[in-house]
Amino acid sequence: MTSFNFQLIIDYLPYFFKGIIYTIGFSIASIALGTVFGLLIALGKMLPNKFLAAPFKGYVGLFRGTPLLVQILVINFGVVPLVLGKSNSIVAGILALSLNSSAYIAEIFRSGIQAVSEGQGEAAATLGLSPNQTMLHIILPQAVKIILPPLGNEFISLIKDSSLASVISAPEVTYWAQAMNAQYYRVWEPYLTSGLIYLILTLSISSILHSVERRLAVND
Amino acid sequence: MIRVEHLQKKFGNSEVLKDINFKVDENDVVVIIGPSGSGKSTLLRCVAKLENATSGDIFFNDTKMTEEDHKLCELKGKLGMVFQHFNLFPNLTVLQNITLAPILVKKIEKKEAVEDAKYLLDLVGLGEKAGAYPHSLSGGQKQRVAIARSLAMHPQLMLFDEPTSALDPEMVGEVLQVMKKLANEGMTMIIVTHEMGFARQVSNRVLFMDGGHIVEENTPDELFDHPIHQRTQDFLAKVLV
Ligand SMILES: Nc1ncnc2c1ncn2[C@@H]1O[C@H](COP(=O)(O)OP(=O)(O)OP(=O)(O)O)[C@@H](O)[C@H]1O
Ligand SMILES: [Mg+2]
Repeated sequence: MTSFNFQLIIDYLPYFFKGIIYTIGFSIASIALGTVFGLLIALGKMLPNKFLAAPFKGYVGLFRGTPLLVQILVINFGVVPLVLGKSNSIVAGILALSLNSSAYIAEIFRSGIQAVSEGQGEAAATLGLSPNQTMLHIILPQAVKIILPPLGNEFISLIKDSSLASVISAPEVTYWAQAMNAQYYRVWEPYLTSGLIYLILTLSISSILHSVERRLAVND
Repeated sequence: MIRVEHLQKKFGNSEVLKDINFKVDENDVVVIIGPSGSGKSTLLRCVAKLENATSGDIFFNDTKMTEEDHKLCELKGKLGMVFQHFNLFPNLTVLQNITLAPILVKKIEKKEAVEDAKYLLDLVGLGEKAGAYPHSLSGGQKQRVAIARSLAMHPQLMLFDEPTSALDPEMVGEVLQVMKKLANEGMTMIIVTHEMGFARQVSNRVLFMDGGHIVEENTPDELFDHPIHQRTQDFLAKVLV
């Protein structure tokens, strides 16, 4: 190994910054969409009618049972061109990451909702609240507190998993690390830098999440 | 008001309620007593439609509640229930706990609901706790809020399932006091309780349950002083020491 060249990294920093924007953008868009889809899928899975619940269970099984990388490839080279008429790595990346995380988030919602005591639903029912009103005003607000820590972990996973979008040339951090590797024929500088960037991102997010959790715990 | 006919309830293979028959008229205060596991809670939960009866019928004001597709929320709070463990909504303040159902279910103006809630909080002696969250209240206070929350829907019938048995002894009195007040105002109630002195004071009828049956039913004075059945005598001998 020739000596570690910091100057190369500094020269390449603008590209890494661009990559960071995309990595964070992918993760935020995917956690937001994944949370919305995940909630709907969780509610669908808990439908009392088995036939209505089956497609939602199938969805969760499919996305948790196949590799994310395969999902990214199928969506980028198959689904997105089919729908948009041309490929778009950013749309495909966000779509694959949100669909994948929604399957995990659905399970997070389901266990959070089931952790709210049965007595809450019974009290609401005797007061005449409909099942939907009970879910919206009683169960979900309580479930959110239970859900927040695992949802934060899911966000951290998304930051890391978004690196897989580099295989479809989505310009996030890992993509630029590979580009730098190709341009300078250097290994350590690009990949260690990208690793460090991910580490800083995940550590700062988890410390933000901890302080939010502490503030939410006040009302217990 | 409530008519229960040949009610049977099974959980899997175990028959928890066997051929239950009784009636509750307007202004009745009916107390149900009996040993643990005799089916008191299950009976109350069937009446409240929290459990579906296996067979038999329950009529509420001549509406057959035991139809499979009859939903509890359709009663719109006409039948109030107070639980052993309060089941207050921890995410809402005391005031919001009370006004939630009137606003959502009865579509009452918020201002009016708040006024009614404040009146009810005064009635249960907790006027100054409107803004507090349930976690900051004592058990006795929680149960009084739970009673006010049920009353806010102006129910025709109130069910109480051991409302004082999760409370420290010094807090039992304050809850019973509120219930006595309700009884005196003519509220129709079915109460499961182990407080025999209270049962005798407020009720006009007592049911003794054992093994899923109503073994004996009488006025409180008759049932407590002259129990007919051996099982009633044994039970009373144990609890009235
Ligand atoms: N959901 C359920 N599934 C299965 N068995 C149940 C269920 N609920 C109650 N049981 C059984 O039914 C019987 C009667 O229970 P129930 O709670 O009605 O008794 P109880 O008279 O209220 O007793 P306690 O004084 O202890 O509250 C018990 O043997 C209990 O184990
Ligand atoms: Mg019980």
